[in-house]
Amino acid sequence: MTHYKDIKNQIRELLINQKLGVLSTHHSGQPYASLIAFVSKEDLKEIFFVTPRTTRKFANLSADSRVAILINSSLNMDSDFHEAVSITALGNAKEINGAEKDEILGLYLTKHPYLEAFATSPTCAVVGVTIKTYVMVKNFQHVMEMHIDQ
Amino acid sequence: MNWILSPLEVRPDHRNRIGPKAYALSVMAREGFNIPDTLFLTVDAYNAFVNAAGLRERILLELNRKKFKDMRWEEIWDCATRIRHIFLKKQIPGPLQSYLTEKIQSRFSGKTLAIRSSAPDEDASGSSFAGLHESFVNVRGTSSILDRIRLVWASLWSDAALLYRQEIGLDVEKSTMAVVLQETVTGDRSGVVFSQNPNDKTQAIIESVYGLNQGLVDGMVEPDRWVLDRDKKTVLSHKPAQREYWMIPSEHGAEMAPLPEDLSGRPPLSSQEALDICDLAYRAEALFEAPQDVEWTIKNDTLCVLQSRPITTLSPSETEDKRAWYLSLNRSVENLKALRTTIEETLIPEMAKTAKDLVEQDITVVSDRELADEVRRRWKINQHWVDTYWEEFIPYAHGVRLFGQYYNDAMRPDDPYEFMNLLTQTKMVSLERNQLMEELASMVREDRQLFERLKAGELLDLDLEFGEKVNQFIEKFGDLSCAVTGGTECATDTRPLFKLLLEMAVNPSSLASRKKPKDALALQQRFLERFQGPNRKEAEELLDLARSSYRLRDDDNIYLGKIEAQLLSAVKEAKSRVESSERRGTHKSELDDLKSVIHNLDYGNRKRELAVSSNEYGFKVNPRQLVGQPAGPGLSRGKARVIRHHLDLQDFKNAEILVCDSVDPNMTFVIPLAAGVIERRGGMLIHGAIIAREYGLPCVTGIPDATSLIHSGDDITVDGFLGIVTISKKRSAWERNKM
Repeated sequence: MTHYKDIKNQIRELLINQKLGVLSTHHSGQPYASLIAFVSKEDLKEIFFVTPRTTRKFANLSADSRVAILINSSLNMDSDFHEAVSITALGNAKEINGAEKDEILGLYLTKHPYLEAFATSPTCAVVGVTIKTYVMVKNFQHVMEMHIDQ
Repeated sequence: MNWILSPLEVRPDHRNRIGPKAYALSVMAREGFNIPDTLFLTVDAYNAFVNAAGLRERILLELNRKKFKDMRWEEIWDCATRIRHIFLKKQIPGPLQSYLTEKIQSRFSGKTLAIRSSAPDEDASGSSFAGLHESFVNVRGTSSILDRIRLVWASLWSDAALLYRQEIGLDVEKSTMAVVLQETVTGDRSGVVFSQNPNDKTQAIIESVYGLNQGLVDGMVEPDRWVLDRDKKTVLSHKPAQREYWMIPSEHGAEMAPLPEDLSGRPPLSSQEALDICDLAYRAEALFEAPQDVEWTIKNDTLCVLQSRPITTLSPSETEDKRAWYLSLNRSVENLKALRTTIEETLIPEMAKTAKDLVEQDITVVSDRELADEVRRRWKINQHWVDTYWEEFIPYAHGVRLFGQYYNDAMRPDDPYEFMNLLTQTKMVSLERNQLMEELASMVREDRQLFERLKAGELLDLDLEFGEKVNQFIEKFGDLSCAVTGGTECATDTRPLFKLLLEMAVNPSSLASRKKPKDALALQQRFLERFQGPNRKEAEELLDLARSSYRLRDDDNIYLGKIEAQLLSAVKEAKSRVESSERRGTHKSELDDLKSVIHNLDYGNRKRELAVSSNEYGFKVNPRQLVGQPAGPGLSRGKARVIRHHLDLQDFKNAEILVCDSVDPNMTFVIPLAAGVIERRGGMLIHGAIIAREYGLPCVTGIPDATSLIHSGDDITVDGFLGIVTISKKRSAWERNKM
């Protein structure tokens, strides 16, 4: 039996347990993928990451805010094929500033304390992605979508 | 890493690498028991094979398509069939193959071997695995020996083994397998001895047959039985068997043969031999410090131990009962042949006669009291046939499974279900019904006036020929409005039969063009050419058995439906009398009995649980791609038609995809219109899969929440090769209501 709560819990679990994800942006139609250290809030509505403003990904998302983020539990082992769960989050990215930036940075550094110098550098931006849809894949090919009204 | 150990090389710490059966043999060899020349393949050899061939993850992918507990036994059988096929097709990797070849040749030099399983997790289970895995006798030639070793490994993943391990709480993902290679001892007498009678600790028991032990172990040859007093070492009783057959070595293993007359008149053992065998069992019991179940054979008056295992339960326990059930998943040819005779010559004619007798009885003229008795009687009759269905008809489905394994072993096809091509396009009642529907639809198509009148719902005074044909159809199959064959007038509006005929009339190509062109004859020829002499006869017999079993898998429900329809009509008559009396406000005491019988039966009020897929404010979950089992190859795209109630079928439109909880043969009349089939129940042998194959439609089965996650009108794709359903567009509730 499939229940939305199971799906929501599995997405939440993955967002809490995984540290890294792959961000997809594009430049003039050319896709670009980059590894990011992320954090999310309990309500699953946003995913945050930190990036220097000089990076390709920042330039790309500044030009087109539509992004996708892939997060998964694979361990680079054969067993991943039947055990790993992955989610693709689709949404719009924007830089976070002001008081909210401090709040998110606090959250971010709790999960990634080793990135303090990097995250607090004045050349880095805190980016928030407002999620519209999570696409969750498990059991190799079983795919469910969770849409969020923002 | 040791891939092979000889009995005298085995140390106590090897026990979990060769399994308890092999370990016991090594201990006995060390203690001077006479055992055949033996080698053990350790679990390292199994692991080397599955790792090199990438099998470990392939197996786990198969087993993790969905939760194991959600799989029906038919789905588990399908999984097991696919896994066995992978083992069958994969060659043992070079270095391991060379090593095994060299060891086997140097040790056994051209002798034939018995190849047996020895599963290490039998120790952890505390339960007996006897009979759960495959074993082979009299295997000749290194290539055949390596082939059978792979099949013993594969039997770790048989449906019976998977279900049993699940039942007793073992982790199937950690299961592994060692193998015992033993020189075949062609015993002239063989048997089993229990050093302690499970039902009486003061006794021991011997069962013995002429020839190889396989006949006794497989339950094919009835044994003579001796009961002995353990303390006094005397024979208490001897129960002779009929002694008609024995199992003897054959070209490809072992075969049953009539027992020569000079042997059938005398028991296989003398009293002294029975005492000697018991003595052997007592020695084994003393060695292992537990009562033993010992398999033995006698060749030229020399007693030889084949294997010894502890009697795990000294009284029949629940676990043992369940193992017996799982073992019953494997049916022998002889057993199925007997079942076929019973079904075809006795049960089916009886069912047909019962249905005919019930139809001929006019229940509208009997008194209320008599009607109440008649409803009860029909309930009992229906229940009797439902029970018969489970006890006799369902096990007969194993005919298909047995043939599938036989075919795959002989042909090694790429597709493990290729054998199904030899079974389809047989004469089935549901196909006959659909053919009649096609003829009716063709009449409607060609007669514009008739078409318009049916469309307008004018059903009186129809064209004589058409009307007669419709009546014949309804007499035989009902008007399709009821969930059972032969039922009529369950629908209150336009008859579903006419709605469907109109749809078929508008879409003439729907039926004939989709029928699968097959090279079944060529395939059959290729299959049979593989065999010569008596083996050819066996292959033909098995194919015939499988075809009968396959046909019956669909037909039995239709016959059963006819009987259920007559129960339904009696219940309907009873309800109508009660309602009419209540409307008139009259009370007759005779009606109390009718009311009570309707109430007690509660017929037709069975509720089906639907999966919950609720949403929370701000969040909405939609399925995108659902994984089931590939049950009919092909790819098609179309709008879903979800069947939650039988009457939903009358709205079925051409080229829609049938989505349902479980396809019943009584609803497959819409299949000629369908573009694909999706079913919650899983398995290759369920009705949806059978009928889809007959029409060459893509089919995916075993999607747990199919009827709640998919809605009528959703745009979906059915990938019958991979067992995947993709929902490309969900319809809103408003759009669905417009359909």
